[in-house]
Amino acid sequence: MLDTVLFYSFAVLVLGGGILTITRRNAVHSAISLIVSLLGVAGLYLLQQAEFLFAVQIVLYVGGIMVLFLFVIMLVNLDDAAHARQFNRQWVVALAAVAAVGAELGYFFHRGAGAFHIAEAAAVLPPGTGNTEALADSLFSEYLLPFEIASLVLLVAVVGSVIMAKKRI
Amino acid sequence: MHPVTTVHYLALSAALLLIGTIGVLTRRNIVIILMSIELILNAVNINLIAFSHAWHNVGGQVFAIFVITDAVAEAAVGLGILIALFRNKETVQADEIDLLKW
Repeated sequence: MLDTVLFYSFAVLVLGGGILTITRRNAVHSAISLIVSLLGVAGLYLLQQAEFLFAVQIVLYVGGIMVLFLFVIMLVNLDDAAHARQFNRQWVVALAAVAAVGAELGYFFHRGAGAFHIAEAAAVLPPGTGNTEALADSLFSEYLLPFEIASLVLLVAVVGSVIMAKKRI
Repeated sequence: MHPVTTVHYLALSAALLLIGTIGVLTRRNIVIILMSIELILNAVNINLIAFSHAWHNVGGQVFAIFVITDAVAEAAVGLGILIALFRNKETVQADEIDLLKW
């Protein structure tokens, strides 16, 4: 019962924040709405017993990426953009395409809802192992190579963004 | 009230994906296009976590960490490109950047 209420309140935060993000004229308002949406997603992680990702979502997304976004919004002059036309000329085609994909997904969920009941019947986790512990176990044994590659991706991204933002190399 | 199942999470993630796609396809402001990409990546993460919870397999959460890592890399590079672009073209509108068109 409490799970259901919490799920729907977080869903309202996520979807409401998302809709406000893509409709606001002022980019700062969009960023604030996106933060609301990301916090809703963090709440959903907590409901799904992914405590480590809940912390990562708040520290990394809200504390890291969104601060980066706000920095760039302050750095770049967006006053002209706020007064200009907000949507491009192809928006009718874009909405039609998205509506088609949405109808497809809705049909899939309507027809395929029964197939997910197998997943519901799985057994509970053995007691004594925390979420963070299990995650670290898996990350540093089974997924060690992807983990190292991810660090390489971050290094390339850091070097790339420094080169992009530099005036002359 | 019905209990919340995996399908509820999938439907929520699909809705968030569609909202993000609308933002990417229709907005002109590049900053907001980048924010819409963050929405799409979060929709993917909700999906991964829902299945990770349903199957009691921690692999989905590991992949969510990788998705977050890629989101960080994408935001850093994208905002770097945006700053370079603004320095050269004085605009942040996606349809005014047509250097490669003729």
